[in-house]
Amino acid sequence: MTDMPIPSARPASRPLSRPGLLFALIGVAGLALPLVQFKANRIVLGEGVLLGAAIGPLGWGAMALLALALIAGISGRLPMTLRLALGAGGVVAVLLALGAAARFLTPEGNTMARVAPAAGFWLLLLAFALMATDALSRLRLTLARRWLLLAAAIVVIGGVLWSGWLDGVSVMREYEARKDLFWREAGRHLVLAFGSLGGALLVGLPIGTGIYLLPRLRRAVLGVLNILQTIPSLALFGIMIPIFGWIAANLPGAAELGIAGIGIFPALVALFLYSLLPVVSNTLVGLRGVPAAARDAAYGLGMTEGQVLRGVLFPLALPVILTAVRIVLVQNIGLAVIAGLIGGGGFGTFVFQGLNQTAMDLVLLGALPTIALALVAGIALDLLVETLEPARTERTDA
Amino acid sequence: MIARLLLGLAVLFLLAFLISPDSFAGLFQPLTKNNAPAIYTQTSLLSLTLSHLGLVALAVAASTLVAVALGVLVTRPAGREFLPLARTVTSVGQTFPPVAVLALAVPMMGFGAGPTLVALFLYGLLPIFENTLTGLTNQRPEVTEAARAMGMTPRQRLWQVELPLAMPLILAGVRLSAVISLATATIGSTVAAKTLGEVIIAGLLSSNTAFVVQGGLVVGLLAILIYEGFQALEGRLSRRIGLAQG
Repeated sequence: MTDMPIPSARPASRPLSRPGLLFALIGVAGLALPLVQFKANRIVLGEGVLLGAAIGPLGWGAMALLALALIAGISGRLPMTLRLALGAGGVVAVLLALGAAARFLTPEGNTMARVAPAAGFWLLLLAFALMATDALSRLRLTLARRWLLLAAAIVVIGGVLWSGWLDGVSVMREYEARKDLFWREAGRHLVLAFGSLGGALLVGLPIGTGIYLLPRLRRAVLGVLNILQTIPSLALFGIMIPIFGWIAANLPGAAELGIAGIGIFPALVALFLYSLLPVVSNTLVGLRGVPAAARDAAYGLGMTEGQVLRGVLFPLALPVILTAVRIVLVQNIGLAVIAGLIGGGGFGTFVFQGLNQTAMDLVLLGALPTIALALVAGIALDLLVETLEPARTERTDA
Repeated sequence: MIARLLLGLAVLFLLAFLISPDSFAGLFQPLTKNNAPAIYTQTSLLSLTLSHLGLVALAVAASTLVAVALGVLVTRPAGREFLPLARTVTSVGQTFPPVAVLALAVPMMGFGAGPTLVALFLYGLLPIFENTLTGLTNQRPEVTEAARAMGMTPRQRLWQVELPLAMPLILAGVRLSAVISLATATIGSTVAAKTLGEVIIAGLLSSNTAFVVQGGLVVGLLAILIYEGFQALEGRLSRRIGLAQG
């Protein structure tokens, strides 16, 4: 990613930061649009309320403060660390404002009224998140610091959710109404994403190694896996249901093993099939990418084929294989949503229930955790790949 | 050339099936139970396929235009400041699940083709933008130097040197977008867009496997054909600009 010299010295001396200007424009649009929607109940369309009017007497002050932070970001002379702090602080402030609006606008004791985040909220969140991201991508922090920042972000956002400050917001009201179900589906979602990944690694690593050792089989194996990949997810999930229903009904002992045409099993197998291609092909690419000199040296030392594979080839191919893990995990976290459509559980249950009832708060309850999960998994595995590739990162940082 | 023959057969089969699905009823009959219909007749498969393809084509064309324009913008001196941000946003953006993007577009757009189009457009931007960036920034310095030395203006360099050289990679991005969009459009049927997903969902709701299989089959075949078509185009372009890899 960092194969281009990034002119970090020049923009700092410019009086005006163009990205900062863009963020300010997005943010000001966010301030001018309603922060929240106030709805009499969860289905009807509501009316928008501006931040200034949404959190009581402090509203216009908060608005001015956010505007000030956005304008400060336009200055090209602002140090990057300060910019990062402004962005991160802005994200938290916008979240807190949302909670405050829900508390202020909901009439005492009214359980029907809903306060939902509106365009203004999303734009403000976007503006500050972009500001923080921009600063982060220029700061070139060390790996340890980036791990720390990821952990801090999870702790802070988790903390805001945990504290109950946002409990009045519509999405959290939906959560409150089905707390147990939410955590059960969350567990299901993780089982779907990680279970299929585990299966794909168990089966895909040997296949990848096999076609590395037997080049004749490469075309056929990769061809079949490629075709599997083109089947639309919805259809693959659907086809699994009758197949496993048949197996459970006709194969003795299958039903006892938990194989069934309904529930989590068909979804798990469909995700597993999608995960095979990235694992197999990256194992092959990783093994082939090991320098011939390293392999020959190992053979020269008198190592057996198995020892070379385990001791030399796999450790050196690990970053590429881990990249496959990242691809598969992020992809499966997203695709697992479709399991909700075939009764396989997971966050998709809320998404499709919400779409059916046109209850958008319920859709958000399914979509937001999915996005958060995919983001965290993607960033964490990116960092992990970099951690395991010390030689390369040192070179690009120099 | 067995591959090409197989592709030709796939095209013929697909056309025959779409024009006269009833002639294939015998093929799908074993997949049904209790004398359920073997072929989806609620809406004609051909019209669903056309509207599916139309939706994908519109979304991918829009994302190609915007993504390439943005890619060019952030690699010009005036836009360089946005480059680090653009790289991070694309890599982070691609972790957003397409289904979630689709679901989030509904509150803004209502039901129908609108949210599907928006989700396909947004999601399609990223692979094209990423590949445009790679194509425009990873060019051999000798080539760009030579163009500069010949006295070409920045605009001429862009149109006559940089974009043609980046074209195979840009096309690879478009191919990726098209294939992802084709699959994601199926899910668009859950928000009432007219796509082949309608057939699959009808099959899921009435537990009629024949519907699920025929919907999946058509989308899968379309994906393979589009994939191969783009790849052939990329290969031809690469050879023309002397970048052929085998």
